[in-house]
Amino acid sequence: MVATNKTVPLLQLEHISIVPKKMPTRLLVNDVSFTIEAGKTTCVVGESGSGKSLTALSVMGLLSKQLQLNAGSVLFHDSENGVQDLTLLDAESLRKIRGRKIAMIFQEPMTSLNPVLTVGYQIGESLTTHLGLKGDKLKTKIASLLEMVGIPTSRANSYPDELSGGQRQRVMIAMSIACEPLLLIADEPTTALDVTVQAQILKLLDELKIHMNMGMLFITHDFGVVADIADNVVVMFRGEIVESGTKDEVLGNPQHPYTQALLACVPDAEGKKPLKPIDYAWLPENQNTTEVAT
Amino acid sequence: MSEPILVANHLVKTYTQRSGKFGFGTTLIKALDDVSVSLRAGSTLAVVGESGSGKSTLARCLLQLQPLDSGEVLFAGQDLSKISGAALRTVRKDLQMVFQDPFASLNPRMRVGEIVSEGLLIHGLGSSAEQQKKVIAMLKRVGLTEADMQKYPHEFSGGQRQRIGIARALVLKPKVVVCDEPVSALDVSIQAQILLLLKDLQQEMALSYLFISHDLRVVRHIADDIVVMHKGKVVEQGSVVDIYQQPQHEYTQNLLAAIPGKKVVNA
Repeated sequence: MVATNKTVPLLQLEHISIVPKKMPTRLLVNDVSFTIEAGKTTCVVGESGSGKSLTALSVMGLLSKQLQLNAGSVLFHDSENGVQDLTLLDAESLRKIRGRKIAMIFQEPMTSLNPVLTVGYQIGESLTTHLGLKGDKLKTKIASLLEMVGIPTSRANSYPDELSGGQRQRVMIAMSIACEPLLLIADEPTTALDVTVQAQILKLLDELKIHMNMGMLFITHDFGVVADIADNVVVMFRGEIVESGTKDEVLGNPQHPYTQALLACVPDAEGKKPLKPIDYAWLPENQNTTEVAT
Repeated sequence: MSEPILVANHLVKTYTQRSGKFGFGTTLIKALDDVSVSLRAGSTLAVVGESGSGKSTLARCLLQLQPLDSGEVLFAGQDLSKISGAALRTVRKDLQMVFQDPFASLNPRMRVGEIVSEGLLIHGLGSSAEQQKKVIAMLKRVGLTEADMQKYPHEFSGGQRQRIGIARALVLKPKVVVCDEPVSALDVSIQAQILLLLKDLQQEMALSYLFISHDLRVVRHIADDIVVMHKGKVVEQGSVVDIYQQPQHEYTQNLLAAIPGKKVVNA
């Protein structure tokens, strides 16, 4: 377990801007800054196209070649190397961080596993690469990881297509926590799953966060999930942060009209609140027209 | 209580799955195990359950998109499981479906105008000028424009594509529409728009919906009655209000407890 210095946050994003290389004037992510502390979950919320996934990918240095990080720094703090700016690292040093210190769970469990390798092998890969585990030691570690995420250890020799969606997402989680990373980035890890499975996965992530004192960057568009898992919330709209704060601040007393609109369109389980489409009337471009879509 | 429009009695559907070494063995999986449901005219019946509980199989079997092993599906005085060919095609005009994934259920090589008018063409409803008119009216009703007819599906967002899917189903003026998770692939901000559209259209066109979903928050807002399925069996059914207030079966209670963010959304 790494003791993180209280005064330095685990991850600090400073003025991140992302643009397409061919159109450098179009800001896909515009001046985004927030911090993540060890043992805390920061949720990034927003509709599709708001830049939340791009922000997460930029932390890992996984942006596609057509995009470029225009400005800003990603300061990552670990006890071995002190504070490093991830945007300045070369590919080799990044490779040592990815999977070892920062891990990621992708959105679709159906497509993010390799179909021709057993799940046990895929979980073990990062253990061999980063920690040099082999043979029996590796097997025991894989078994204990599978157990931790609630999959029978005998399934280590199964291929991804033999597992259900929820199980595959558990395998993804086991892969990502294998090296006990300091930071876990989860990009809509439960969007493709059933409610019951979703509840299990959220509970599991929350336990792991406490157990391993992991910082977590959690991307979602569902405020229900935010309420269950977040410590801090960042709301993004069209590439910019419109509001951020602790969960109670943002959910209990939303200040920005977009946050209010987004909260209002989440259906409630009692059916007391009337269904409301999202309201963009607050946008400056809609101010002169009073028309609101019904 | 209005009359039932679509009644299914004792539906059974089994799949065989290869198992054992090299897939030499077979296991029977009961996707539907003696399922009976009835949809009241003008109302919405929600089918909820986790993945693999048989809810999509139920939808497909009701529309005869998959053959049943046994059981009967009664619609307009006919048993749909007994008829086939031309007779079935005629009935299908009144039974339409809105699919789950708006990215996979529209032909990428067809223009939106062609996609929506195809049903009219197949059923030979009206001259081509009339068909054109109907398509335009329907597209406008779901919030798209006449100019969108010339576009291809990839030019639209997920919410807009689902609107195209709805227009395609409703242009035939069906009586029963089966919606298979119509909003689960959409953003929360778009979901409410589509749900409200479905609700408005139900009133206007006197539609009956069979609404398949695993999101109990959505179901609460759109459904009148609810059927809870688990492992191919119906474990509980009744009105939405009753089941949400007093779930009897343990599985229903678990489902309700799994709704994310109960505390805050209730506040």
